[in-house]
Amino acid sequence: MTAALTKSWRGWLLPFSVVIGAEAWFLFNPILSDTLAAPSKIIRGAVETMMDGTLLRTTYQTLFGAAAGLFIGMAAGTACGIVIGLFWTADRLSSWSVEMLRPIPSVALIPLSLLTFGYGYRMEYAVVAWATFWPFLILTQHALKQIDVRLLEVSRLMGFGIFSRIFKIMLPAAAPRLFTALRLAVGLSLVVAVTVEIAANPQGLGYGLMVAQESLRPDRMFALLIWVGLLGWALNYILVRLEGRLFAHRAPGLAADA
Amino acid sequence: MAQNAAIELKDVSLSFGSNEILTGIDMSVEPGEFVCVIGASGSGKTTLLRMIAGLLPPTTGAVLLHGKAVRSPTRRVAVVFQDYGRALLPWRRAYANVSLPLEASGMPANQRPARIRQLLAKVGLANHEDKFPGQLSGGMQQRLQIARSLAQEPDTLLMDEPFGALDAMTRQTLQDEVLRLVAERKTTVFFVTHDIEEALYLGDRVVALDSNPGRVAYDIKVPLPRPRDQLTTREHPEFLRLRREMFEIMNKIHA
Repeated sequence: MTAALTKSWRGWLLPFSVVIGAEAWFLFNPILSDTLAAPSKIIRGAVETMMDGTLLRTTYQTLFGAAAGLFIGMAAGTACGIVIGLFWTADRLSSWSVEMLRPIPSVALIPLSLLTFGYGYRMEYAVVAWATFWPFLILTQHALKQIDVRLLEVSRLMGFGIFSRIFKIMLPAAAPRLFTALRLAVGLSLVVAVTVEIAANPQGLGYGLMVAQESLRPDRMFALLIWVGLLGWALNYILVRLEGRLFAHRAPGLAADA
Repeated sequence: MAQNAAIELKDVSLSFGSNEILTGIDMSVEPGEFVCVIGASGSGKTTLLRMIAGLLPPTTGAVLLHGKAVRSPTRRVAVVFQDYGRALLPWRRAYANVSLPLEASGMPANQRPARIRQLLAKVGLANHEDKFPGQLSGGMQQRLQIARSLAQEPDTLLMDEPFGALDAMTRQTLQDEVLRLVAERKTTVFFVTHDIEEALYLGDRVVALDSNPGRVAYDIKVPLPRPRDQLTTREHPEFLRLRREMFEIMNKIHA
């Protein structure tokens, strides 16, 4: 416990000294930069974006775009992953398509998506959904392959039909691995959503960053940048905690009393 | 008579490619009979059990249950695996694990709780229904698997070295519990073990398998009185005589 505290305290040392150092540097070199801003100014910029409602609005837009796209990618990716994972024929039929389509970078679809859907949420969903579809597809497929054969035998012995087999045995058995896919995809969805907003879509945190850059406000830009980082960190933290909660009881030998 | 044998193996053999696992197995188990199969590891005894369960088709010959050829698993046959840790559903509590076969057989949800609690009580887990398998000891997990197999109301129980991973004390307790449970319902039992004493203590009959390829080497009746008792049965002169005989047989087989 004490060791963990000291360690986390040491972890703060570096960022803290960078902030102090930066502030001191700006104090002794009072320049007006278009690309950098003193930490105190960044804080002021952050307060400003909070007060004028920009932060809340753009955060909502980005999170909504990312979440909706993630949801579509998850539903489609998991469903396809199940079909491919379970049926040999589906695996054979799709293997070429998967190998060809998967390497297409999601951001390369921004022009197509813009052309199809125009500005707004829909083009953002589409790109995020494309990006997150693949990890769900691949990891679901792998998760199903890694289910202990003994459990599959048990489900055969019980005489379950295909749907009960999927929903009562296979998906619960694969759940920890599917959750890992979710955790990866959540991080990815945020990255892609912000990228789409920077590149094309005039909304959300990405666009906020562009506006700050174009209006020569490095303070606001850094404020938003730090905020995006905090968001990503917080989402991951929540998911890791949730993962522990959800799957802790599966660990064997919690209370062996012989 | 052969028509109503609970389990009948007719000249069964199994090969994987050129690798012959089992050859020319002829065996029949009467309804309500407790048959123990012993053999060294690699003698194909687990494979034999898997064929009876319908998990594996024989290469040649026929496996019949009550006169009908086995093609796939049936609910009338329940299997208890040695590796309870892998066979139980780790995300389901004890209660929900026992519920599994009832869900499979389509028992109405309102009839399940009474049945599940009755089964858990039978194996001494009445106070543990809310625990996850990972929170139970090995012996308790195996009890849970037994309760789950009984929920199927099988007329035949296939047990694959069910007590192999348990300590001696727990093993003896569970042996007696299994004897009591199957006597109640007159269940046919096909019990695989590598322990001669366990086979003699539990079985009406002991079948010894020879290895490479697996085949029946010996098939003897165990005329020991029931109910069996850990002390008196194991001290019974007939038990001691059979134990010596079995040891000699096994030594000869593996010499």
